[in-house]
Amino acid sequence: MAKGGALQLELRGITKRFDGLVANDAIDLTVADGEIHGLLGENGAGKTTLMNVLYGLIQPDEGEILIDDKPVRFRTPKEAINAGIGMVHQHFMLVPVFTVAENVVLGVEPTRPLGLLDRRRARREVLDLSKRYGLAVDPDAYVEHLPVGIQQRVEIVKALLREASVLILDEPTAVLTPSETEELFRIMRDLKESGRSIIFISHKLKEMQAIADRITVLRRGRVVGSPPPSASDAELASLMVGREVELVVHKEPAKPGDVVLDIEDLIVLSADGMVAVNEVSLQVRAGEIVGIAGVQGNGQTELSKALLGLLPVGGGTIRIGGEDLTHTHTRDLLESGVSYVPEDRQEDGLVERFSVAENLVLDIFHRPPFASGITLHVDQIRESAKARVAEYDIRTPSIDTPARTLSGGNQQKVIIARELGRETRLVVANQPTRGLDVGSIEFVHRRLVEARDAGAAVLFVSTELDEIYALSDRIAVMYEGRIVGIVPPTVPIQELGLLMAGGALSGEGAAGADLAGTNKEPEPA
Amino acid sequence: MERVSVSTAVIAVRRTVSLERRVVLGSLLVVLGLLDALVFGPFSHGDAVFTFTLTGAKVSVPNLTLAAGPVSEGLGAGTVVLGLVYTGLNLSKIPRRLVAGACLFAFVVAFLCWSDAGRISLPFVALLATTMTSSIPLILGALSGCLCERSAVINVAIEGQLLFGAFGAAIVASAFGNLWLGLLFGALCGGLIALLLGLFALRYRVDQIILGIVLNVFAAGLTGYLYDAALVPYQNRLNSPATFNPIKLPLLGDIPILGPVLFDSTIFLYITYVIIALVQIGLFSTRWGLRVRAVGEHPEAADTVGINVIATRWRNVILGGLCAGIGGAYLTIGSVGSFGKGMSSGQGFIALAAMIFGRWTPLGAVGAALLFGFSTALANILGTIGAPIPSDILLMLPYVATIVAVSGLVGRGRMPKADGQPYVKA
Amino acid sequence: MSETILEGQVAEGEGVPPPSSGEQGDGSGPEGPQGRPVHLALLDAVLQGNSVTVTILAIFTAMVVGGLLISFTDTTVLHAWSHLFSAPGNAFAQAWDAAAGAYSAMFEGAIVNPHTVAAAFHGGSIAAVFNPLSETATRATPLILAGLSFGVASRAGLFNIGAAGQFIGGAMIAGWIGFAVHLPIVLHIVVAVIGGFAGGAFVGWIVGFLKARTGAHEVIVTIMLNYVMEFLILYLLGLTVFRQHGRPDPISPPVASNAVLPHLFGSTLRVNVGFLIALAAAGAVWWLLERTTVGFQLRTVGLNAKAARSAGMSPERTWIIVMLIAGGLAGLAGSAVVQGTDFVLTPQIYGNYGFDAITVALLGRAKPGGTVLAALLFGALYAGGTQMQAQTQIPVDIVTVLQSLIVLFVAAPPLMREIFRLRATRAAGQTEARGWSA
Repeated sequence: MAKGGALQLELRGITKRFDGLVANDAIDLTVADGEIHGLLGENGAGKTTLMNVLYGLIQPDEGEILIDDKPVRFRTPKEAINAGIGMVHQHFMLVPVFTVAENVVLGVEPTRPLGLLDRRRARREVLDLSKRYGLAVDPDAYVEHLPVGIQQRVEIVKALLREASVLILDEPTAVLTPSETEELFRIMRDLKESGRSIIFISHKLKEMQAIADRITVLRRGRVVGSPPPSASDAELASLMVGREVELVVHKEPAKPGDVVLDIEDLIVLSADGMVAVNEVSLQVRAGEIVGIAGVQGNGQTELSKALLGLLPVGGGTIRIGGEDLTHTHTRDLLESGVSYVPEDRQEDGLVERFSVAENLVLDIFHRPPFASGITLHVDQIRESAKARVAEYDIRTPSIDTPARTLSGGNQQKVIIARELGRETRLVVANQPTRGLDVGSIEFVHRRLVEARDAGAAVLFVSTELDEIYALSDRIAVMYEGRIVGIVPPTVPIQELGLLMAGGALSGEGAAGADLAGTNKEPEPA
Repeated sequence: MERVSVSTAVIAVRRTVSLERRVVLGSLLVVLGLLDALVFGPFSHGDAVFTFTLTGAKVSVPNLTLAAGPVSEGLGAGTVVLGLVYTGLNLSKIPRRLVAGACLFAFVVAFLCWSDAGRISLPFVALLATTMTSSIPLILGALSGCLCERSAVINVAIEGQLLFGAFGAAIVASAFGNLWLGLLFGALCGGLIALLLGLFALRYRVDQIILGIVLNVFAAGLTGYLYDAALVPYQNRLNSPATFNPIKLPLLGDIPILGPVLFDSTIFLYITYVIIALVQIGLFSTRWGLRVRAVGEHPEAADTVGINVIATRWRNVILGGLCAGIGGAYLTIGSVGSFGKGMSSGQGFIALAAMIFGRWTPLGAVGAALLFGFSTALANILGTIGAPIPSDILLMLPYVATIVAVSGLVGRGRMPKADGQPYVKA
Repeated sequence: MSETILEGQVAEGEGVPPPSSGEQGDGSGPEGPQGRPVHLALLDAVLQGNSVTVTILAIFTAMVVGGLLISFTDTTVLHAWSHLFSAPGNAFAQAWDAAAGAYSAMFEGAIVNPHTVAAAFHGGSIAAVFNPLSETATRATPLILAGLSFGVASRAGLFNIGAAGQFIGGAMIAGWIGFAVHLPIVLHIVVAVIGGFAGGAFVGWIVGFLKARTGAHEVIVTIMLNYVMEFLILYLLGLTVFRQHGRPDPISPPVASNAVLPHLFGSTLRVNVGFLIALAAAGAVWWLLERTTVGFQLRTVGLNAKAARSAGMSPERTWIIVMLIAGGLAGLAGSAVVQGTDFVLTPQIYGNYGFDAITVALLGRAKPGGTVLAALLFGALYAGGTQMQAQTQIPVDIVTVLQSLIVLFVAAPPLMREIFRLRATRAAGQTEARGWSA
């Protein structure tokens, strides 16, 4: 086994289960030396789990890893590192307040006598690697001040210092600008020349085609194909998302009324100061459901949070029912008739230690009939809770059971019961059926359609294309903070996948779609 | 993709906050200057005299006599100008700090002039010397806090470690007639409290702040009980330790003004110098320190490169306890000798505040501790010369200063990112 | 990097549950939970490390450790143990006697002294029989209020270490109203008590305000304010306005008799209206937490500040309100002491109540009912400890040791489980570590 040089890597039959969910299902993967191997798939396809197995962070239930035809076991990342596997995580493992050099040598620091750090040697080693592989980094710069693209380079240098022969890059371009991506590709090609292999994980088609030597496509934990990089966008997209629409929701055609939600040129910054929503414009009418499709991390979360006043708006306007409510406090928005189903039900939607009854009034406890003035009417809360539990078929031993003991599906039902069980004119739902069983999914969909038919405007975000297709009256696709297309649900799935992955529409489906920049409603056909 | 229009939004947001803080701080400085010119100046009657020579010193430094009124007014005017400059100009970090520092210095001088005007001379060297010695437990306690918190364990139990260290040192030094043994045992007693801290924080993952407070209560109760049960009845054997004598360093001790302050004291002061150097160099120039700080900032990253997070934390907690234990030993065998109930009297909390005020850095903590020690020593000396400000108000200063610091008015300090969060392997 | 407005947004982790146990309804009625027979349910509770069990075991263990401490600092015992191998029976007997003697003296001081009962049957004072209980209740009064102060703040996710400073604030105002203002009898008491609440509430408000506006951590601010208030009262007691005529030491004039909290059972028993105020406060806190919108908000913010925000609540406003209430409760404790037992202001009037607040609340799991019980326990320990010291010369500091041991053991149920080999099926009231982050 040649560390720092060429290495043959094979994953055979890797299977990993989490609580009944099969994250990896008998996956075979071979990576030759000097090869850039692309791992393509949507969220939840199993890519990160597979790499965590390879890197020694988790143990597979079945299957084996072979290096140069010899089976190996990695119980800790250290063992994987020693065997020549290097990983650049999606969320960097860098200490922000340290310099580049300090981060790179952490754990293998060069020392002078008495344990004093040999900073000069560390700098030199970093500069050497930097020059050799064209990874320009300043060893004395503090990581927290570096742009994300440079931080990524630091991670790569870190892996190279430990003489990685196989470099795993997990969604590296998710945080890069196009020019930074080009830089990264150049670096990858140089590394390839030196005999190293790279596993490149991404959901972006164009990049796969540009850089990968071979591609393996994962879907729902399984390998579904190994197309060549010369394959067309359409072919790759279809492998990635599958062909059949598996869920059908029975609903009448939409009867859109007046515009309820009018977003214009909205700019929202994420918590770390990056632009997450980049001049988005969108309108949602009463009596229609608009689904926002897109891979996680393209600004959908920030958009939905900004609509509820949970993230400050950096520019643009949000109008609800004609009223400018751009910088309004969350409570006032809720009181004005907005319902919110947050993305993370356990962190944002429920208080797990509260009872079901208490959770059912979490954002309306101060309104009649649940309270008058400062006094809570506990009996009313309980009566209402019992009624809701029955109406929404929430499976719970009692209304006093802490919410955390409920299953995910029933927890979501509590939130739905709370948000949709009152008069509302705008529903904002982010990943409303994440982690739910089929029955609960069907329930949630039914309620959302009911809300629509009662006259509410419904805006929902989902990464599940089945759901997007089944539920939406119109589909808006978000990519890198912008709306790159608004399409009807009749658009073929490959086209949608294309938009989601940053590709361009062609031919059929282009009619009725708007690319980049502001989107106003297409005229009703 | 155009980022220009959007990044201006980001920059605009950032600039606003900066301006706000500049205005607040700048106006504070102007207020200080106005105080100098309008309160200290006019209300000073007579001259302020500062003496700089201790009796028996080899070199005699002449006294400094300042006409308190005009000096204060002059300083005040200067401070007002500097305050306006601070608000108006967008200075970078170092000039900003210099300006603020100069204004504060001027304020202190004006204050001293006003306090001393027309009264007996202010013994400046004695003031500085007392500052140094009374800062010893504060410095050692703050360094103990640093060691723990840099590896992300909150140590509120400094007070208990000081107290227990004082207790242990007194007993052993008294019982065995050996001061060095007492010093060692004092350190170990601090380490014992640290052991409990580590056990409950790292193994049982109890909330570290509450744990620290309970440990303080425990130490106070235990030492109080043993004092009454054993130390009082057997005072001669168990609570009559000798104390370390001051050692004057040759040559260094004769430097005018600074000599008696820095180089003429008990072994504790010199040990403190050594520990300061060790902690500072250790944390920032050694491999050990790098790993400690990695564990404190990003334990996950440290774990993935093979560093044992829990073991590192244990080591630092124990080291911190030993350090504070030495500080506690000073309270008895370095100072008054016998142990008294509750004799740490909150210095552990001041040390904690000093660490936070000093932004979790060893040198910052030392600086803050000295500042707090100075204000305490100043309060006492002003009391003896009959200064116009009540000493109780002066003694409040360190605490008010810390509140101001924590409220972010002097910039948000950076505590280790993982501070207080137990590490659970994913 | 540290100046973006976005950093001003509090980066909350989940609001971590305060030291309160997870189970809400434990074994109600003779049938016990899920309809199982009582004795089986009890057995389950013991084996499973249920929080009541843990508490009882913690108290028991602490008393054992305390007993060992008492025994082995007793010279007679040590002497007997130096002859351990020649007279082992004696060694153990002496050890047992020392500890048992101490604890029985404690019992006599806190609950009832059999001698007084016997004496009562022969025409002795009946009041004397109830004196220990009266002492327990009297000692418990400020503990209840201080414990409620820490507890209510912790339910909102805040560490109120500043009960001492808030106590002083309340005592100062109540005391001043007591001796400087002249009002008719009932009105004087009421105004003074309200003043006590207000004084403490103001000090608490400072903390809440700073936290809401600047993110300043309440642990540091409260500890610092404690010292500021200590010096403030020292300073004030040096002023002639506040000082008793003709006395050089820092002590205030006595509170007017119109402002004194009346005794409940005659003048020989010290227990006074303050005790009722404390119990009422506990009830009020319960009502606030469980039956008001404010309390609902408070509990939500304390358990999950993120979800609270998403539900439209404002954690910042909640913190300010909570610190007002918590400060007020500690201020009431100050008023209870000044108007009920001490009658004068002294620099050390806050005694140990600052930290007692924490230990009482921890033991009582931050619930009003539990806090009252815990305060009664610690009040009993203090009352008993005084008697024990008078009778056996064992220093009363042992109470502090017992207190902290009980709390340490309660805070680490895994430790209790390890010692007693209980099965860990439910995390029984384990305090979850939160650190500096709000």
